[in-house]
Amino acid sequence: MAAVILEARGLTRHFGGLKAVDRVDFDLAAGEIHALIGPNGAGKTTFVSLLSGRIEAGAGRILFEGRDITRLPAHARVRRGIAYTFQITQIYAALSVYDNVALAAQSHGSHPLKPAAMEALDRVGLTDRAGQIAGTLSYGHQRLLEVAMGLALKPRLLILDEPTQGLSQGEIEVFNGIVQSVVPAATVLLIEHNMDVVMELAQRITVLNFGEVLATGTPAEIRANPAVQAAYLGA
Amino acid sequence: MRDMKAFFLHLAVLAALLAALPLLSAYHVTNVAKIMVLAVYAMGYNIAFGYTGLLSLGHALFFAAGLYAAGMGISQFGLGSAGALVAGPVAGGLIAAAVGLLALRTAGVAFMIVTLMFAQAGYLTVLYFVRYTRGDEGIVLDRAARMLGGVDLSGDTPRYLLAFALFAVALLVNLALVRSPFGRVMIAMRENEARSRMLGYNPYTVKLTALVVSGVYAGAAGAAYAVLFGYVGASLASVQYSILPLLYVLLGGAGTVLGPLLGALLMFYLIDYASSATSAYQFIVGAVLVVLVLFAPKGILGTLRERGLRWLP
Repeated sequence: MAAVILEARGLTRHFGGLKAVDRVDFDLAAGEIHALIGPNGAGKTTFVSLLSGRIEAGAGRILFEGRDITRLPAHARVRRGIAYTFQITQIYAALSVYDNVALAAQSHGSHPLKPAAMEALDRVGLTDRAGQIAGTLSYGHQRLLEVAMGLALKPRLLILDEPTQGLSQGEIEVFNGIVQSVVPAATVLLIEHNMDVVMELAQRITVLNFGEVLATGTPAEIRANPAVQAAYLGA
Repeated sequence: MRDMKAFFLHLAVLAALLAALPLLSAYHVTNVAKIMVLAVYAMGYNIAFGYTGLLSLGHALFFAAGLYAAGMGISQFGLGSAGALVAGPVAGGLIAAAVGLLALRTAGVAFMIVTLMFAQAGYLTVLYFVRYTRGDEGIVLDRAARMLGGVDLSGDTPRYLLAFALFAVALLVNLALVRSPFGRVMIAMRENEARSRMLGYNPYTVKLTALVVSGVYAGAAGAAYAVLFGYVGASLASVQYSILPLLYVLLGGAGTVLGPLLGALLMFYLIDYASSATSAYQFIVGAVLVVLVLFAPKGILGTLRERGLRWLP
């Protein structure tokens, strides 16, 4: 297996009595596309929020590129190379498409700024909309802009939280191409409900259920796993 | 291209202010000088409120910091006018940093209340140390103390020119700031703090920086007020002086570079004319504000920007 870029040990977060994430051990190999699946409420978003620092861990620790980042605030983790794109699109609706991406590019320290920002827009096919106000984009384009902001951060690890939700089939194909272009230079962790997307993109899959890891393996292994079938695929 | 357009618009406004000097009567020369100083104060307020989204109700503290640093510096520590004009923005920035370190742990309504309380504490401090500040009665700076390079700043023309110089620098710095990468981050913080954090920006340091810049502007305006108009009194530290820049900015357009000047100009003359017509002038000011909030909540320039002048910074 390739080098581990991110490692979680005993990661735990409870909300009152709810064990949203419970003693999860998790390894992410550098350069892979790793999908995180599980039924609604399995703790997927909470888990990646712990990794990105949006939520503080109750217990356990997180190593990123060998360094302990468990106590780092979210913005400092972004600077270390962990980018997070939101499940519910969080673009700057009142700013131009260009400014949205430029904010990400300048955070990475890209210089000169403009080519870096335009390159990210080009990768998602929004170049000719650079001057448009982001809030006036179609939903699918807003999702792509969100991804472009992630790319402009030039992350080491890109966490995508349900990126294809609400996208058309054509947009999903564009999106798949974008994700495949990110690796192996960077690593992708993908929360996804669309199993076609998962099976096409992911080299490895982790299944969460009730805040615990149910199984980890290749798509073929996961498909054949009886526990996964029982819990998730409903077979 | 649009950058050039904006730059020339601002130069044209500066040129108009300069060209107005020989055309205005002495009465209006004094008024416009005061308006320019208050506009610098409002520009500082706008950097925090209009661009960064920090609704402070305590900016009178930063204005007063500059005012008293200059006024007491001259009257009690033998500072010259030049030294006073430097001490003002330094004091404003330092006080803003101290307040920001604590107040920025809160946000929204709590931030409004905390800043209001700090400013009230500052106002009461001025009244308490009446021996040094002379409280409500205030310090009157005599003409001899208000010389700069051999020029008497209490004269109409020098006063106007110094106010203009301060305003011009403040305006161009403001324009450069909001056009800079940091300006973009300030706006991002106003628009969506959670998103900005996930782009790697620390909300606390961004907001603190913006507040300090804002405090430097307020302090510079306070010092200029002391030196140019020769009066330093507690009323200028009162809550009314926290509200005034907010009104100017709302009227002219929050988050526009020229909005504070336009707002200060219109509000100043509105109060001037209304108070000469009726003793209930505050009623008229209130009515104007209600109309503004109902029909143009983004202020005059904010509305114009929405209606087509998108290049307006």
